[in-house]
Amino acid sequence: MDSNEKTSDLKEVVHGVLAEFDSPGALIEGAKYIRDAGFTKWDCHSPFPVHGIDPAMGIKPTILPVLVFGGGCAGLVAALGMQTWMNGISYPFVVAGKPLFSLPMQIPIGFELTVLLAGITCFMGMWALNKLPQVWHPLFKSDRFLRASSDGFFVSIDASDKIYQRAETERLLKEAGATYIEEVRHVTGKSARKLPNGIIGFIVLSACLALVPFALVAKARASRSAKPHYHVIPNMDFQPKAKPQQANPVFADQRAQRQPVEGTVARGETKSDGHFNRGLSGGGWATTFPESIELDEAFMERGENRYNVYCQPCHGLTGEGNGMVAKEAEGLGTLASAWVAPSNMTQEGYVKQPHGQLFNTVTYGIRSMPGYASQIKERDRWAIVFYVRALQRAANATRSDVPENRQQEIK
Amino acid sequence: MASSETQAAKAYFNEVTDTVCGIVEAKRPPKIWYVAFGIALCLLALLPISLYKLFWTGVGVWGNNNTEAWGWPIVNFVFWVGIGHAGTLISAILFLARQKWRTSICRAAEAMTIFAVICALLFPIIHTGRPWMAAYWLLPLPNDMAIWPQFRSPLAWDVFAVSTYFTISLLFWFMGLVPDFATLRDRATTKGKQIVYGILALGWRGSARNWHRYERAYLIMAALATPLVLSVHSVVSFDFAVSQVPGWHTTIFPPYFVAGAIFSGFAMVLTLMIPVRAIFGLKKVITQGHIEAMCKIILATGMMVGFAYGTEFFIAWYSGNAYEGFTFVNRAFGPFSWAYWSMITCNVIVPQIFWFKKARTNPYIIVIGCIFVNIGMWFERFVIIVTSLSRQFLPGSWHYFTPTFWDAATFIGSFGLFFTLFLLFMRFVPSVAIFEVKGVSEHSHSGGKNH
Repeated sequence: MDSNEKTSDLKEVVHGVLAEFDSPGALIEGAKYIRDAGFTKWDCHSPFPVHGIDPAMGIKPTILPVLVFGGGCAGLVAALGMQTWMNGISYPFVVAGKPLFSLPMQIPIGFELTVLLAGITCFMGMWALNKLPQVWHPLFKSDRFLRASSDGFFVSIDASDKIYQRAETERLLKEAGATYIEEVRHVTGKSARKLPNGIIGFIVLSACLALVPFALVAKARASRSAKPHYHVIPNMDFQPKAKPQQANPVFADQRAQRQPVEGTVARGETKSDGHFNRGLSGGGWATTFPESIELDEAFMERGENRYNVYCQPCHGLTGEGNGMVAKEAEGLGTLASAWVAPSNMTQEGYVKQPHGQLFNTVTYGIRSMPGYASQIKERDRWAIVFYVRALQRAANATRSDVPENRQQEIK
Repeated sequence: MASSETQAAKAYFNEVTDTVCGIVEAKRPPKIWYVAFGIALCLLALLPISLYKLFWTGVGVWGNNNTEAWGWPIVNFVFWVGIGHAGTLISAILFLARQKWRTSICRAAEAMTIFAVICALLFPIIHTGRPWMAAYWLLPLPNDMAIWPQFRSPLAWDVFAVSTYFTISLLFWFMGLVPDFATLRDRATTKGKQIVYGILALGWRGSARNWHRYERAYLIMAALATPLVLSVHSVVSFDFAVSQVPGWHTTIFPPYFVAGAIFSGFAMVLTLMIPVRAIFGLKKVITQGHIEAMCKIILATGMMVGFAYGTEFFIAWYSGNAYEGFTFVNRAFGPFSWAYWSMITCNVIVPQIFWFKKARTNPYIIVIGCIFVNIGMWFERFVIIVTSLSRQFLPGSWHYFTPTFWDAATFIGSFGLFFTLFLLFMRFVPSVAIFEVKGVSEHSHSGGKNH
């Protein structure tokens, strides 16, 4: 016993008695004896499971199999639920016209997760029922007991057992066939239970170090930096090529950006009509349609046609921003957090926008709306603006806007 | 009081403990361990180099192309998963079948399983090219379009099958190790060893009440692992069988793959354990009888695999399917016929030597035979994957497959990983299940009144 004399609150207490037996057979016979004597807080220790010890000690079958069955059922339910929800409800996946819920396709993962959860329950449940892991136990104070994991067979009786009496119990153990008997004592007290400083230091240090990544994340979120992200894998983010506005010493004028070859016309350079091509006139957005366009019924029909092809999926048939794409994105909720809902173009702000500004939006896009310059020709873009004007008018119309001869039809 | 019988039993228990713990407790391992470890580290060095090259450049560094999108990485994946089958088979199925001889090799075989599955998991992940994105394709996580993995795909099943197999094998292995870690803890001579093995032993005291639950848990784990081990390679075979490619689209694949996996797994166990038992003096624990039993399993599974090869050909002809017929004629006589006949030689012809007791008892013949089996099983996966893909329905996309230096470097690197892990295991972990060997010995019930 290495009890520390300096600290006063330490005291030595008796844990119990340890008895060694010669062989597995002797252990079984001894166990029957102890069991019949009426002890309850006692145990046998052996380097391998001794067969026949369970009835000899009166150990009842464990409830572990029931727990494992529960774990397996949970795994199966989780697997079926996961597959049904992910492929059938959250994002319905139609594959070759097969039904969204079909059991055969769920069998492999259903089986695997059943086994996985049952196995994990079995592993964890066994240790939990055995009250392990345990950092320390008084029995380890006995040097003799260390043989229990090699060739020793032991019975330990706890001093807290109701019928424990040292002399009587030792006599009983001798009768049971023990070849060696030892009283196991251990030191207890507040200071004995205190963790060594080294371990406390290690825990504090690792707790502090564990906070470092969180601190770095918090710092990055709170501060701004002009530096680009650190690229572990560059993918194709950095390419050795010249970009506009960059310097390039290869050329006499030190500019990477080159002038067109003399006598050539750059693509788009012919589009010099500010009004028709850009929607600008008089130093601001054009408030009228270009003169070259005749605003007639055919032009309106063209606008409706183009609008229904390109704009309607998001902005909806009436321009109120309720197209199928918008509805689908709304249904995804927070999953589509980067999504910006399409505008309701019938609102006053959009009604007041000059024609040229609407034209510009169709050309270059805005927020998450892409530009349509490459898909829709200028004339058709103007046609769309013309049709949007009609939609705006229709949405904000009053009874007086309807021709008098047809006002009867409105209820 | 101690009779000669109980003394003999104690001596036996001590001998087992000393023999197995001695390997771990020895101040220095045998010289040959250092040599082997050095070679393993050299091979392992190829792995980070080839992975760096792969991630920096892209999957184009391999021989994969549009026709052969799977190439070596998937060949290697199936190869390693197959090797990883013997361990759990030995620990679970042979445990349920009460085959006592399994106790001497189950620990090492389970370790081999875990290391092989680690190597296997590496390949599909790096085959994605950008593994940092692979989480969204493999695990049930929604990508930025809020789309989940598609559970009708056998590739999604594969993720669950292999990761479940790895987890259960690891838990099973660790569970078996705990009482042996306790033995090492109780014998520890230094504070450091006592703390490390003490943590790993979880405070195990060999209590009969604990043993009772432990044994029940072990039995349940074995019962769970048995269908699992059969399911893993079946699910891997679905990756092929569920597709439409002639040569893949066949119902024989699940049993055929499982038999092949057991075949290659046992061959790998023998390749490893025969040198190990000689080097570390484990001949009393891993006996001649154990090795013969494994040779017989190799012979039996080898013939099952051979039978499967024959059945494939028969069905290709009997089905009257022109594409299927072409595929198999192409396998045996087409541009990859060299691979096909290497496979037949190694997998069907070589194992026939194990009919003879002389071959089953000569360690050199066994090791060489087993290495041939492993080469043959690698070729089997090569034949299935590469040959079938090279000649699909569209002659316009027919292509020959040529591996690159980086294909080979990655594969050799995975061997380095496997051997490094295995050698570390041999050095620091009890490589034989001490308590199980004692528990099945005739001494385990010595001293009883009715004995």
